[in-house]
Amino acid sequence: MMPTTVDKLLHRPLIVICLGLKKFAESLEEQNVEVIQVDWVPPAGGDKAMADLLDQLL
Amino acid sequence: MACGLVIRKNQYYDSVFLMGISKRISAVEGVQQNAVLMGSDNNKKLLSNIGIHDTQIDTAQPNDLIVAVIAETPQIVNDVWDKLDEYLKGGVQSSSASRLRSFEDGLAKKPDANLVAISVPGEYAAREARKALESGLNVFLFSDNVSIDDELELKKLARKKNLLFMGPDCGSSLIGGVGIGFANGVRKGSIGVISASGSGLQEFTCQVHNAGFGISHAIGTGSHDLSDKIRGLTTLTALDALEADAQTKVITILSKPPGAETIAKLSERLKNCKKPVVGCFLGIKKEIEGGRSFQCARLIDDAVRLSIMQIDSTSFPAQLQFTMKELKRMSREMASWSTRQKYIRGLFAGGTFCYQSQQIFRDAGLPVYSNVPLDLKYKLADPDISTENTIVDMGDDHYTVGRPHPMIDGTMRKQRILVEGRDPQVAVLLLDFILGVNAAMDLVAEQLEAIVEAKQLAQKRGSTLTVVASVCGTDDDPQDLSLQTRMLKESGAIVFLSNAKAATFCCDLIKRRLERYDADHS
Repeated sequence: MMPTTVDKLLHRPLIVICLGLKKFAESLEEQNVEVIQVDWVPPAGGDKAMADLLDQLL
Repeated sequence: MACGLVIRKNQYYDSVFLMGISKRISAVEGVQQNAVLMGSDNNKKLLSNIGIHDTQIDTAQPNDLIVAVIAETPQIVNDVWDKLDEYLKGGVQSSSASRLRSFEDGLAKKPDANLVAISVPGEYAAREARKALESGLNVFLFSDNVSIDDELELKKLARKKNLLFMGPDCGSSLIGGVGIGFANGVRKGSIGVISASGSGLQEFTCQVHNAGFGISHAIGTGSHDLSDKIRGLTTLTALDALEADAQTKVITILSKPPGAETIAKLSERLKNCKKPVVGCFLGIKKEIEGGRSFQCARLIDDAVRLSIMQIDSTSFPAQLQFTMKELKRMSREMASWSTRQKYIRGLFAGGTFCYQSQQIFRDAGLPVYSNVPLDLKYKLADPDISTENTIVDMGDDHYTVGRPHPMIDGTMRKQRILVEGRDPQVAVLLLDFILGVNAAMDLVAEQLEAIVEAKQLAQKRGSTLTVVASVCGTDDDPQDLSLQTRMLKESGAIVFLSNAKAATFCCDLIKRRLERYDADHS
C-alpha cells in the first residue's frame, strides 16, 4: 500500500518550510531538521484586494 | 511628556523580533510607553486603542514599520531615534540571509518538504495555509486570529487530502521526537498524544519523560478542534494516523470539554479504535462513553498515570499525594501567615494551567475569580484587579495583543507579582514556568527579583507570603530543569514538576486556612 500523506509526515524525516518567525526555523535547525526559512512579507505590498486578484490570475 | 513617531516604508520584520525591539526601548530610562509594529489594520487599531493617533499611521501599509514612543522629555525620544538603526540592525542582517519571501519561493527550494510551519500575521495565515494544503503539504499553523469559518474550510480540505492540519493557534507539537513551536526535550516512546492545548501537550509529554517513558508523536490540533463548529476534524485525522502507527501503543487526547454533537461523534470513533485511548477533557462534568478500551482522566497527571499503565502494568507513577515533608512545609507556611492572609493569587503563562487550577479549586468547593473563568459568574470585572481567590491567564489576549507572550517575556507578570505582594490579604502566590525550545532562556531568573521583593513586602508586614511554582520541563531542555528549580527553591518558593500538584497543594492550604478561620470564629 502506498503511504498516505500523513504517514509521510510521521514516518519520514521532517523537511520543513518555515514561513514567518525565524526563531522557529532556528529551533528546528538546532534539532538537526532540514528546514528552509522564508522571510515572508505580506503579498502585493500588503494590499489584500490586489493579493486576491493576483491569486485569481495566477 | 513628549511623543514621537517614525514610519519606515517597506521595512518588514516578524512580530517576535519587533517585540524584542520594543523591550529594548522600554528599558531606556524615561520611556513611558512604546509600540513597535507593522502597519497592518489590526495593529493600527491597537495603536488607536492605546491613544496613539496620527494621519501618517492611517496611511501606513502592512509592509511599513511603525515605531511610536511616549517619554518624559523630547530628548529621550530623540535618543531612541538615534539608536533605532542599531536596534533594527540584527533584523536587517538576518533577513538578508534569506532571499525567499513567499511560500512558492520556499517550495521551489524544498520541493520534497512534508510540512509547512506558518507564523505570519493572522489576517494572511489562512491564505498561506490554503496554498500549502493545495500543494499537498501538512501544516503547523501557529498564527491566531484565523476565523472559525476559515479553520473549518482548511480542515475539510486537509481531511479530504489526508493531510495533518495542526492549528490554528497551535503552540506545540512533537513529531517523531522533533519539537515544533514551543516543545520540550522528550524521549521517543510509545505514547501518542492529540492535544487541543499547547501547554497541556507540554505538561503531559514532560511528565511522561520525567517518569522514564516516551512519546511517539504529540499532535497539536488548535484549541477549537473539538467544538461543534469544527467537529474534531484534526483530532480524527490524528487518531487514524496514531492508530495505524506501529510505534504508538496508547493514544491520549487532551482538550477542554468537546461540544455536545462532537462528543457523540468522538464516542463512536473511540468505540471502534483498535488501541487503548485515554481522554482528559479538563472541566468536563460527565464522563464520555468511549467503549471498553477508553478511559477518562480528570487531570493531566491522571492521564499520564493511566497512559503509562497501559504500556507498563507494573509501573504505578505517583498520584497526587503529598510526602510527609511537603505536609510539614504546608503547616509551617500556614503558621507564619497573619490573620488577614487568606487568599490565593495564581498568575499563569499557560492557559491550560490556569484552567486546570481553577478546576481543582472548583472541585474542592472553593470559588475562584479569573479573566477566563470556568463559570461566568466568577469573571473578573477588570483582569488587572484581583478579588478574593483569583487565578489569571496572563497569556490571554488582554495581556498579549501587541506584547510578547509571558512564555517569551515575563515583564507583565513581574509587575503583577508585586501588585499581589502588596495586598496584605494574599497568603499564596501560584506561578507556572514553561521551559523548552523557543521559550525564553531566563524566565525564572527574570521573575526571581519580583518573587523575592513580594516576599520581603510580606515580611515587612510581619508575615510570610507563600510562593508555589510548577515547572514544566525536562532535563533535556535548553534551560536546564535542575538549575531552574534550584533557583526557585533558593528564592523560598515551593516547587513541583506538575501544575496539578502545585494547584492541589495551594488548594489544600487555602482550605485548611478557611477551616482554621471557621474554627476560631465558631
